[in-house]
Amino acid sequence: MATVATKTGIFRRPSAKTGLWSWITTVDHKRIGILYGYTAFAFFLAGGIEAFLIRLQLATPEGKVLDADLYNQMFTTHGVTMIFLVVMPMGAAFFNYLLPLMIGARDVAFPRLNALSYWVFLFGGLFLYSSWFLGGAPDGGWFGYAPLSTLGPDVLPGENRMDFYAIGLQILGIASIVASVNFIVTIINMRAPGMKLLRMPVFVWMTLVVNFLLLFAMPIIAVALFMMSFDRNFGTNFFNAASGGDPILWQHLFWLFGHPEVYILILPAMGIVSEVLPTFSKKPLFGYSAVVFSGIAIGFMGWGVWAHHMFTVGLGSVANQAFAVSTMFIAVPTGVKIFNWMATLVRGSIRLNTPMLFSIGFVAMFVIGGLSGVTHSIVPHDTQQQDTYYIVAHFHYVLFGGAIFGLFSGIYYWFPKAFGRMMNDRLGKLHFWLMFIGFNVTFGPFHILGLKGMPRRYYTYQADKGWNLWNMVATVGVFIIMASILVFMANWWISRRRGRRASADPWDGRTLEWTIPSPPPEYNFLEVPRVHHRDDFWHQKYSQDAKGRPVPVPVGAAPEHEADHDAGHNIHLPSPSYFPLIAAAGLPIMGYSLMYKWWVPLAIGLVVLLAGFYGWILEPAAEEEH
Amino acid sequence: MNPSRWKAANLPRAKLVFATATLTLLATACSKDAPLNFLHPEGPIARKADRLWDLTFGIAVVIFVLVEGALLFVVIKYRQKSKNDAPKQIHGNTRLEVIWTLIPVVLLAAVAIPNVKGIADLYAKPKGDPLEVTVVAHQWWWEYRYGASGLVTANELHIPVDRPVYLTLESVDVIHSFWVPKLAGKQDLVPGRKNSMTLIAEKPGEYLGTCAEYCGLSHANMRLKVFAHEAADFDEWLDGQLLEAESPSDSLAAKGEEVFMKGDCVQCHAIKGTEAAATFAPDLTHFASRTTFAGSIFPNDTENLRLWLRDAPSRKPGSKMPSGIKDMGLDDQDIEALIAYLQSLK
Amino acid sequence: MEELVEPSMQQPEHPGDHATYTGLDNVKLAMWAFLGSECLFFGSFITAYLLYRNRTADGPKPSEIYDIPFTSVSSFVLLMSSLTMVLALAAIQRGDHRKLRAWIMATALLGTTFIAGQIYEFTTFVKEGLTLKTSAFGTSFFVLTGFHGTHVAIGILMLLSLIALSSLGRLQQADAKKVEMVGLYWHFVDIVWVVIFTVIYLIP
Repeated sequence: MATVATKTGIFRRPSAKTGLWSWITTVDHKRIGILYGYTAFAFFLAGGIEAFLIRLQLATPEGKVLDADLYNQMFTTHGVTMIFLVVMPMGAAFFNYLLPLMIGARDVAFPRLNALSYWVFLFGGLFLYSSWFLGGAPDGGWFGYAPLSTLGPDVLPGENRMDFYAIGLQILGIASIVASVNFIVTIINMRAPGMKLLRMPVFVWMTLVVNFLLLFAMPIIAVALFMMSFDRNFGTNFFNAASGGDPILWQHLFWLFGHPEVYILILPAMGIVSEVLPTFSKKPLFGYSAVVFSGIAIGFMGWGVWAHHMFTVGLGSVANQAFAVSTMFIAVPTGVKIFNWMATLVRGSIRLNTPMLFSIGFVAMFVIGGLSGVTHSIVPHDTQQQDTYYIVAHFHYVLFGGAIFGLFSGIYYWFPKAFGRMMNDRLGKLHFWLMFIGFNVTFGPFHILGLKGMPRRYYTYQADKGWNLWNMVATVGVFIIMASILVFMANWWISRRRGRRASADPWDGRTLEWTIPSPPPEYNFLEVPRVHHRDDFWHQKYSQDAKGRPVPVPVGAAPEHEADHDAGHNIHLPSPSYFPLIAAAGLPIMGYSLMYKWWVPLAIGLVVLLAGFYGWILEPAAEEEH
Repeated sequence: MNPSRWKAANLPRAKLVFATATLTLLATACSKDAPLNFLHPEGPIARKADRLWDLTFGIAVVIFVLVEGALLFVVIKYRQKSKNDAPKQIHGNTRLEVIWTLIPVVLLAAVAIPNVKGIADLYAKPKGDPLEVTVVAHQWWWEYRYGASGLVTANELHIPVDRPVYLTLESVDVIHSFWVPKLAGKQDLVPGRKNSMTLIAEKPGEYLGTCAEYCGLSHANMRLKVFAHEAADFDEWLDGQLLEAESPSDSLAAKGEEVFMKGDCVQCHAIKGTEAAATFAPDLTHFASRTTFAGSIFPNDTENLRLWLRDAPSRKPGSKMPSGIKDMGLDDQDIEALIAYLQSLK
Repeated sequence: MEELVEPSMQQPEHPGDHATYTGLDNVKLAMWAFLGSECLFFGSFITAYLLYRNRTADGPKPSEIYDIPFTSVSSFVLLMSSLTMVLALAAIQRGDHRKLRAWIMATALLGTTFIAGQIYEFTTFVKEGLTLKTSAFGTSFFVLTGFHGTHVAIGILMLLSLIALSSLGRLQQADAKKVEMVGLYWHFVDIVWVVIFTVIYLIP
């Protein structure tokens, strides 16, 4: 290895602080969070267009907008996009941005690993989408049931479409596992002094649970995807009934991943709502311990319900009974949170601004999705509901009405912190109401369509089935949703440029991120905070009178906090690096090579990957400052 | 006017509109115009499931009204009155939290009991003298093999009323799902496995069904019909179906038989009583006795037959039946002859 | 909830490291988390094997094809490599770089011997009529043991990298943690083999 003055490796260590290069080589968790956020939003638009086309096709019977083949690609990519390329990475955007700020840390435990997970996500998403131009997008459904997804052109068109699915999701899985290791270590080890576990904000707790779920669920789908790839390409028999394989093994593995996955999708939003509701009620979260422990309970119980996605597969009476009961009871920790959130509002002083509206909207919509979910657990009736639009209604209520609303709440809430400006609240409220109305107009009717027998994944339907009216209504709703998104994008544009300047604490917040400037300096905290309470910042601002009501602490009377002995100077920050990007770039090269069986490029991809890793290992985390 | 005051003034009205809209929505769900609507069951098995639904859905509606109502009430009542509001910093109430955890547990346990019992009933083999039929799913049509008699038909399942029909479910290619909503819930047909389910019809009539597990390009075109008959009528139907095909007397139909046997048709289709014995595609022995064809998606009439024979793939995406004109070397006269032949297979 | 004692960080495990909240080293915690993930990875393949081991189609059955004495020997070789790994770690912890390289080389050689044994076993099975494609049993056997072998190979690559680093003078006594991490991975791969060997070969 050639040695240069900076004694790292072949290339000089990047040092840009502004401009494109600084974003490409960044290891700053805040920038990585913003990159995740923008990328996830771009995929949200793509997934939305896919949904729009689906709804155009289904607006009328015997629609001619999409033929069967295109339709199947459309609903597959819509599902894959929204789950893997939107909700999960948007959650990661929040984890990235907020985690260190909320626990009083200067960065995550492994900044370069953090950057790696972003680049791998980006390249994985691009790899998946390149399929549209390379023979067709995956068309086996986001759930990829075997043997439809493994028997090749005999049963589904296209040579490589489901290989894009298998390899693409493997690449994305790497991003998730790598990120989960990082966040788990960060939460356990990088907390500021005094930040005991039960003093952490609920958002941090949910992050911890989600990342453990990711750590243990992603390897299972990785195994399933390897099995799929091998059956497709090497003639193995994992799901090949003729040679003793069992298609149901795919379903077991997929849903063993898939059910924890839905908690991965919803818990971050629940964490956000648990921060927003108290702030704008001017009261602490009601029953912090219950909310935390129910989150942990969901994390554990979520492993025991997977076969409720398989009630019609023929698992037998006993299995169905066991999973029916476990599914019914997971409603308890989920439902209890609703009451905790509502009790937070009771006797509060509620400010109905945009972040608050979205959080309340979350609660309202999640109740609906949760109730329909419980009706699915009644197995004899689930044999009717399964594979109909009634199921589609359920999961859109919890994933859109739930997760997406929660994420928007978080965006409006923390935008001032990240960008130093306020978002326009009038436009925000317009966004909320349009989205709330549009969402219900689109997905409310899905309950009816499902109960009237409309199956899922049908590219068209006939006029005599009684589904015409509600399909049209649902399609109209999509236009309202699209209008709401345009309002949001306009608000973002205007607010980034001309929003009112935000102070460090525009909302009278409760947690540590509001103690530092908006936007925060690169090092986050000038002095590492010493934490004495849950909602420590609130306790710095307010004491309580005899009745338990907050009384502002007079300025200057705050107890002196012992400064960290290296306050202000000698703050060692990790230096930017090329190597996570380089290592990540090796993966799509290997992906394409495996797909098309190009062995030399495969070797090149492997070399790129290894070069990235070795360069990384040989450079120190932070360069000495001269 | 101050936006939040507007909201305060109009929220109760908005609540009323929302509630009315919701109830209207729910009411339309109960209308009778949809042949696959399973909220209007027409057989005892579907009805049992429906009763469990009534119980659960009823509880869900009550919870919905109470919880959403409470949420709306709380949001309005506890709105910020002034910037100096100083609400008491309540951290929790253990007794309250225990109560609101136990109540759902009790409710769920209450519903769990009929649920568990219902599951056991669902999978029990039917008593009495069930009619046994094996359903074999193909991309994108249904094959029926009547156990005792050895009859093989396709897409339209004939059953007697008031007698359990015990279906054994198999698949030759990918996973499908057999679903006749008004008679019973669905069960999947999985390659390599034999699943089973029971159908019981109470009234003679026609019941629509459809495939309910994504199975490729024509998943939406894999429908079926169940015809329920009084016992005597069913026996008569069965006897007729067991007869072999007769050689056609009409000259055009006879020509059609020749085209059939000398051309590609025999590669895939069987007609009992002739040399055609392939099982890849539907058995056509009594094709003319069916009201629909091609996975029950087309009425069995001359025009539809003509379009199908000319170019099946253009009528049904992914169709494994090639185009008669383009791929199988048929001309217009061949097709007219084939139509006549098929229409003679009563 | 007033603090009686001023909150502070725990002293780091290795001098020179940053203080962490629990006192555990970040990299060590990360490695344990990653290994937890790997448990699910191997667990899934092992489960699939257990489901499929009697689905032999027309091909050989497990009892007909396994050579337990042979596999026992290669298992022993792999177990010994864990011992040499421990000795390597002890060497760097006391600053003996020559012994470090020697013991790591021994570990790598034993690992390579194990892999050679695997390759021999695979080619023998193929000759005897069991391939990836023969049956569900064949598929699940080769894929499970193949992934394990791949993990061993990656471990050998890491071991050789350690030797290279040490030879270049870039692996000092203070860097013993790096050897410890590779050691953790290596021991894990070894333990997985113990499970595989027991489940696949020993349990009828």
